[in-house]
Amino acid sequence: MKELVEFIARSLVDSPDDVEVTEVEGERSMIIELRVAPDDMGKVIGKQGKIAKAIRTVTKAAAAKEGKRVVVEILK
Amino acid sequence: MKTQTVEKRGKSVDEAIKAALDDLGCEIEDVEVEILEEPTRGILGFIGNKPALVRVTMREKPEEEAREVVENLLQRMKIDYRIQELVWDDGVVKINVTGNDMGLLIGRKGETLNAVQYIAGLIINRHREKEDRIRLVVDVEDYRKKKEESLESLALRLSDKVKRTKKNVVMRPMNSQERRIVHTVLQEDPQVVTYSMGNEPNRKVVISLKK
Repeated sequence: MKELVEFIARSLVDSPDDVEVTEVEGERSMIIELRVAPDDMGKVIGKQGKIAKAIRTVTKAAAAKEGKRVVVEILK
Repeated sequence: MKTQTVEKRGKSVDEAIKAALDDLGCEIEDVEVEILEEPTRGILGFIGNKPALVRVTMREKPEEEAREVVENLLQRMKIDYRIQELVWDDGVVKINVTGNDMGLLIGRKGETLNAVQYIAGLIINRHREKEDRIRLVVDVEDYRKKKEESLESLALRLSDKVKRTKKNVVMRPMNSQERRIVHTVLQEDPQVVTYSMGNEPNRKVVISLKK
C-alpha cells in the first residue's frame, strides 16, 4: 500500500526526494501518512482536494483486496 | 521517460536526419529534430565545405508511456489484470483492461476506475505543454463504452421529452466526461441546445429547446 501512495506522489511532485510515506498497520485497518515538500502540497491535493480524493480512492480499493480499511493522511 | 538521442552529420540536413533515423530504427513521426549546424558550401564547392549536424531524439510513443504508468499503478494496487487493447488515436490513448479483479478496479459506479484514469492522466501530462496533452481513457472490458452508449440513449430520450413538453430537462449531476458525452450526442440536433450549470461535483447538464 505504501508503494502505491509513494509511486503516485513521486510521479506528481516536483521534489520526489522529499516524498515520505509511512504506514501504520493494524489488524483490520491501516493509516498511511504522506509528507511532501511544502511547495508540492497542491500537487497531491489538487483543486478542491480532487487529487487527494483520487489517491484515497485507489488506495482504498487496493486495501479492500486485503480486507482492510485504509486512511490516507496528507501532512505538512 | 525513456529517450534515445543521436547526433549525425550529412551533406544536407535531410541526409543527416535520414542517417539518424536509420541508426535509431524509427520514423520521422517518432522523433524530435534539432538542427545544430546548417551545412555551408565553401568556395569552389569543396574548400571549407561544412556538413549539416543534427540531433535527433526518439520520443517515447504516447500509448507506451500511458501503458507504463497504468501498469505501474495497477501492479502496486495488486490488481490481477491484463491489457486487452491499447490504441492511440488523435490525441487520445485508450487502454482496455481485463482480468480477475475487475469489479474491484471499477469500484462503486466506476469511482475507482475514474480515479486510476485521473491519476494516470495527471502523471502522463505533467511535463506536456497544453497543445501536446494526451487524453487518457482507461476502460475495463468496455465497461465505459457500454455506459457511454446507455448515457447517449438517455440523452436522446430526454431531448425528445424536451421537444414534446417544451420544458427544460435538468440531468443528474455528472462528471465532465459524462457531460461531454451528452453535449456531443445532442450537438447535431437543431431543435435543442445543451449547457452545464452549477459547480463541481454537482454540475448538471440542462437540455433546452432552441429558440
